[in-house]
Amino acid sequence: MRPVAVIGIGKTPFGAFPDRDLRSLAVQAGREALQDAHVEPSQIEAFYLGNFAGPSFAGQNHLAPYVASAMGITGVPATRFEAACASSGAAFFQAVMGVASGVYDIVLVEGVEKMTSQSTPRVTEILAAAGDLNGEVRAGATFPALFAMIARRHMHEYGTTREQLAAVSVKNHSNGAKNPYAHMRKVITMEQALAGKPIADPLTVYDCSLVSDGAAAVVLAPLERAAEFTGKPVRILGIAQTSDYVALDEKPDITTLDAVRWAGAKAYKMAGLTAQDIQFAELHDCFTIAELLAIEDLGFVKKGEGGPYTLAGRTCLQGERPINASGGLKSKGHPVGATGVGQIFDLAQQIRGEAGERQLKRNSIGLAQNLGGSGATCVVTILGEAA
Amino acid sequence: MTHPGPGVVYTETLVYSPTPQFVNDVPYQLAIIDLGSGGRLTGRIAGERVAIGDRVEFVEFRDEIPFFTRG
Repeated sequence: MRPVAVIGIGKTPFGAFPDRDLRSLAVQAGREALQDAHVEPSQIEAFYLGNFAGPSFAGQNHLAPYVASAMGITGVPATRFEAACASSGAAFFQAVMGVASGVYDIVLVEGVEKMTSQSTPRVTEILAAAGDLNGEVRAGATFPALFAMIARRHMHEYGTTREQLAAVSVKNHSNGAKNPYAHMRKVITMEQALAGKPIADPLTVYDCSLVSDGAAAVVLAPLERAAEFTGKPVRILGIAQTSDYVALDEKPDITTLDAVRWAGAKAYKMAGLTAQDIQFAELHDCFTIAELLAIEDLGFVKKGEGGPYTLAGRTCLQGERPINASGGLKSKGHPVGATGVGQIFDLAQQIRGEAGERQLKRNSIGLAQNLGGSGATCVVTILGEAA
Repeated sequence: MTHPGPGVVYTETLVYSPTPQFVNDVPYQLAIIDLGSGGRLTGRIAGERVAIGDRVEFVEFRDEIPFFTRG
């Protein structure tokens, strides 16, 4: 396995874009990444597309060649990857493997989702199909409900409070307000977060990520060739993808997501690092409780300490380990298929020193955690300076 | 369908924002039940709201959905 680098990044803003279709968003992000890498479409040897539910949201199938050809990429493998909200994390994992193995040199990997053309109940239904339709979903589970039940149990076992959950939301909105690519650039107060409209008790609208449209893309190359394309390569230090039960009621302990623990441990091992070496992270805050679980399951703090750690401000922009400097899924937005590659974009931006108002000083080693469903897929990636 | 028998509430939520087929049911209580027979089952709660640790009895299947009520 040879070292792999990110040599170009591109992203659309995340938001509600009634005049844009799935393909135009994907093409915009892809072209930006190609331009950033100084790579022509004809140089791309394989195209990997993460997309959760294009056929349900937009009616279009056969998406990978549909998007690739619109950028002038033909004659190469072009494949769509589906792994719920970790779809583009899974596409990214396969793209890294393709380059690391020596099969390909230059590849393009993207994530895209177009969600806002459907009603909220229909969006809820499409997303719920990432759960177990013959069990929990038949009984009336939605994704907010599944994470609400995780939150309830976490509160019961560890004393996690509503205020600690809300602190995730307040922090991520504060960060996202500084991000020009974010869907909801709005600072919220603790009082607002606590008084939000209930979605699935104890989660309110301020605990839930946004329904968004958007796309993100990165170009990968072997590290040894990166200097041909860019002066700012970002190295993939470690990466792992894991799987687990789809239904929440099949997991032995829902306050720990094993897929996250396993992916973290494997990625740390590949990188030769520990949790303590990670300076900043983009974590999958599809719901506020998910960020607390991730902080714990990735070993940043002990199980049960995610809430107090967050409420004390340790994960804010000025804290010891900033989490979701981008605004996270909560404020930046969550076009589900785009989120995994979007996180890679955000880490690379920080490592390249291009994060503007959100720029972190300790920016040489970052981690991204992309979660599918209620923890049936997880992709953890550790990125660092190439030097 | 197999009768699930009684159990204990492992976790629960009150759902306000449902999928289209349940828009007339909200808010409804959903729970994961630790079954006395081993294993867990996701079902609905009929009647008064229950909390983690409460004992519940199986009531019936409605449209294949298992309903429980406070035991």
